[in-house]
Amino acid sequence: MRFEHPATFNPIDQLKVVGHPTSRIEGPLKTTGTAPYAYERHDVVPNQAYGYIVGAAIGKGRINAIDLAAAKDAPGVLAIVTADNAGKLGKGERNAAPLLGGPEIAHYHQAVALVVAETFEQARAAAQLLRIDYSKADGKFDLAAGVDGAIAPKPSFGGPADTAVGTFASAFAAAPVQLDARYTTPDQGHAMMEPHASIAAWDGDKLTVWTSNQMIAWGAGDLAQTLGIPKDKVRLISPYIGGGFGGKLFLRADVLLAALGARAAKRPVKVALQRPLMFNNTTHRPATIQRIRIGADRDGTITAIGHESWSGNVKDGEAETAVSQTRLLYAGANRMTAMRLAALDLPEGNAMRAPGEASGMMALEIAIDELAEKLGMDPVALRIKNDTQVDPEHPERRFSQRQFVQCLNEGAARFGWSQRNPKPGQVRDGRWLVGMGVAAAFRNNLVTKSGARVRLDQQGVVTVETDMTDIGTGSYTIIAQTAAEMMGVPLEKVVVRLGDSDFPVSCGSGGQWGGNNSTAGVYAACVKLREAIAQKLGFNSDEAEFADGLVRAGNRSVPLAQAAGQDGLVAEDAIEYGDLAKTWQQSTFGAHFVEVGVDADTAEIRVRRMLAVCAAGRILNPKAARSQVIGAMTMGVGAALMEDLVVDKRHGLFINHDLASYEVPVHADIPHQDMVFLDETDPVSSPMKAKGVAELGICGVAAAVANAVHNATGIRVRDYPITLDKLIGQLPEVG
Amino acid sequence: MTKVSFDVNGDTHQLELDTRTTLLDALREHLHLTGTKKGCDHGQCGACTVIVDGRRINSCLTLAVMHEGDEITTIEGLGAPDHLHPMQAAFVKHDGYQCGYCTPGQICSAVAVLDEVRSGIPSHVTADLTAPVRLTNAELRERMSGNICRCGAYSNIADAIGEVAGRSA
Ligand code: FES
Ligand code: FES
Repeated sequence: MRFEHPATFNPIDQLKVVGHPTSRIEGPLKTTGTAPYAYERHDVVPNQAYGYIVGAAIGKGRINAIDLAAAKDAPGVLAIVTADNAGKLGKGERNAAPLLGGPEIAHYHQAVALVVAETFEQARAAAQLLRIDYSKADGKFDLAAGVDGAIAPKPSFGGPADTAVGTFASAFAAAPVQLDARYTTPDQGHAMMEPHASIAAWDGDKLTVWTSNQMIAWGAGDLAQTLGIPKDKVRLISPYIGGGFGGKLFLRADVLLAALGARAAKRPVKVALQRPLMFNNTTHRPATIQRIRIGADRDGTITAIGHESWSGNVKDGEAETAVSQTRLLYAGANRMTAMRLAALDLPEGNAMRAPGEASGMMALEIAIDELAEKLGMDPVALRIKNDTQVDPEHPERRFSQRQFVQCLNEGAARFGWSQRNPKPGQVRDGRWLVGMGVAAAFRNNLVTKSGARVRLDQQGVVTVETDMTDIGTGSYTIIAQTAAEMMGVPLEKVVVRLGDSDFPVSCGSGGQWGGNNSTAGVYAACVKLREAIAQKLGFNSDEAEFADGLVRAGNRSVPLAQAAGQDGLVAEDAIEYGDLAKTWQQSTFGAHFVEVGVDADTAEIRVRRMLAVCAAGRILNPKAARSQVIGAMTMGVGAALMEDLVVDKRHGLFINHDLASYEVPVHADIPHQDMVFLDETDPVSSPMKAKGVAELGICGVAAAVANAVHNATGIRVRDYPITLDKLIGQLPEVG
Repeated sequence: MTKVSFDVNGDTHQLELDTRTTLLDALREHLHLTGTKKGCDHGQCGACTVIVDGRRINSCLTLAVMHEGDEITTIEGLGAPDHLHPMQAAFVKHDGYQCGYCTPGQICSAVAVLDEVRSGIPSHVTADLTAPVRLTNAELRERMSGNICRCGAYSNIADAIGEVAGRSA
């Protein structure tokens, strides 16, 4: 089905099932520990052996030799895979650094060997016996030092390296009120709770991998390409995924090494990436250095806005597109953005939840707060003043929906923003200095092809199959709701099967595009199934109504089960998009409000209250969508206050590479969170009229926290995370 | 290899194990009770939480052979999809999870936390060690802080536990 024109009324608009806060249909499995994750598939293939990954102990250089003798002789060892014996390997389209290193080492903890043994304990013990002789080379590990040699990256997904409208430099110079500030964001880790894990089994030349991956078709394609085998010989199965956040978008070492290990050991092999390897072995959100310049009239009208960002990456890696939102979020006649990419030898940087915007908003939304302070203006009012209903670079392109101002106003009213004292450091509650902060949330809505297959059987059960994944996003449930609405059956009559490369290719889970596109693909397949049913019954498909388990036309009505007949009916289709995304700018909006307390003596920071108001098209399941947003708000608190992969610039690694030292928010860090969706449907986005929410929720949170800390203390921290050492020397005098 | 015997969810198991095998791997790899999750294998995340003789522990931080005669309850022992434990049902109702990977550990911890509070066991944030422990927001969040949820379902988890404890979170 091609989607070329804004959606009109369709069966989804009945909202009998879609739009309800249904509990997740897989909830009983997840809460009883019976949902099977990749490493747990004892059921799928017998005789599984255990693989243990060895990571490179240098940041850059080469392996002179690996002495395998002791490890080979260790009890239970079945095979050892290294680059020496793995055969010729290609590189996946979406991988920058090779997944199996040697002799060249591209980054610290790049996998250099897999030890396969009968048991996990044996594989782990034998892995310690490898003697690896390295030659260490000098590497570039310091982003700040790389700024001077940084180059304009190739135009990518995130836009061109440079953009300009009007005359930024002169407009900025002429502006009566100017802000020019530099911000930094550190490297961050996805730290999803389920480590990357795979079980690989060969059957002749056919390979099956049970794994944990957000993008099944990308993973299967890149695995085939890396192994140099046809894609149709590879099957990936990933029905449950213990979190991804972008860290499981791509083929990673666990998959490749399980496949190579299984080939070498001649039996199925299971591999989980050890937690202490994850941070350096896999991808991370790259650090940025950002400069923001904003010029405004005294009434707050922005006349010039410029945003520059520097990030680093390994060879073939891309820039962090931290300037993207600045092209769209605020009005302003004169504008520029620029991205520069430094060559670094740190582990590969890549997408993490809201790549680009999450980092960019961390800086931009402090900058707006600083500008408001300079203007003596309320930061909510300043944002409202500079709202735009059109793409500022292309004023003929309107936003399909833009309720940014409504989000700000609604949030301010609900949060009690009028109670905020604009003068920092004034509000005390016992030992706490209390402050409030606000920030915008903004993230684009991306549309991309997505397919599904729908079957109807003689029990009247509708089964949906698509290679779409559920990484905690609620895909199972919203897909079931979509199929139930379309086919006129209760939710209990729908079975959803996901995450298998034998199923039609979907959009997958990433870029907050999963919910809208995958359900639109299911919608398309259901439309086809409805036509097939109508045709079989001799009904006019335009007149046929599907409700209460029946199909009706005129005065005839037939139970679906009967319509399916003995053989059942099946339909497959995909949603494909025309030019609407070019004609209209599709984005999602929100406003974050945060109250913090800062201990007047120790500078300990506690988040006391959080509220997000979001407008993101039709909300297909308010319960699951709310969870996506509060989860993203939680990750935003991490970004604000603690998350920081600390670079060891001598050895070239992230030194805090486990969950004890890479701190993420825990229960005690997060208060009760409030979250509100504004009413919205966006007929331009898809027949579902929905958009993404999962990444919108993180964009801006960290800045709202930073702004609240400033309001509490008067201290402006521009280098994340905001740890108490950055406050303690400057706290206001305790009266 | 060493023999060990313990009860899991009411069934006695006799195992012969490599002495290096953690309780977590004994459950997951030998008994195929994969409801208990491995998030870090280093005692840093709580995904592997099980209840041993009434107290919650990180099963990755203890060797299986140390549990001769112990009574172990895992997530599978609390309830099943068609007859959920009240805590499991509350997690479903309040959407106290997303990806589900930390969830068995959160639920085992939550069940044990309510027991700890009932038994008057103090925590880091208990102000008065002589008064009965009250399950305040601070107590609840402190006691659950060994269970990381990267999906960030904390606010909903607190609501779920609060409901089972008969209070609002
Ligand atoms: S797996 Fe035991 S604490 Fe993380
Ligand atoms: S539900 Fe995913 S980590 Fe908690």
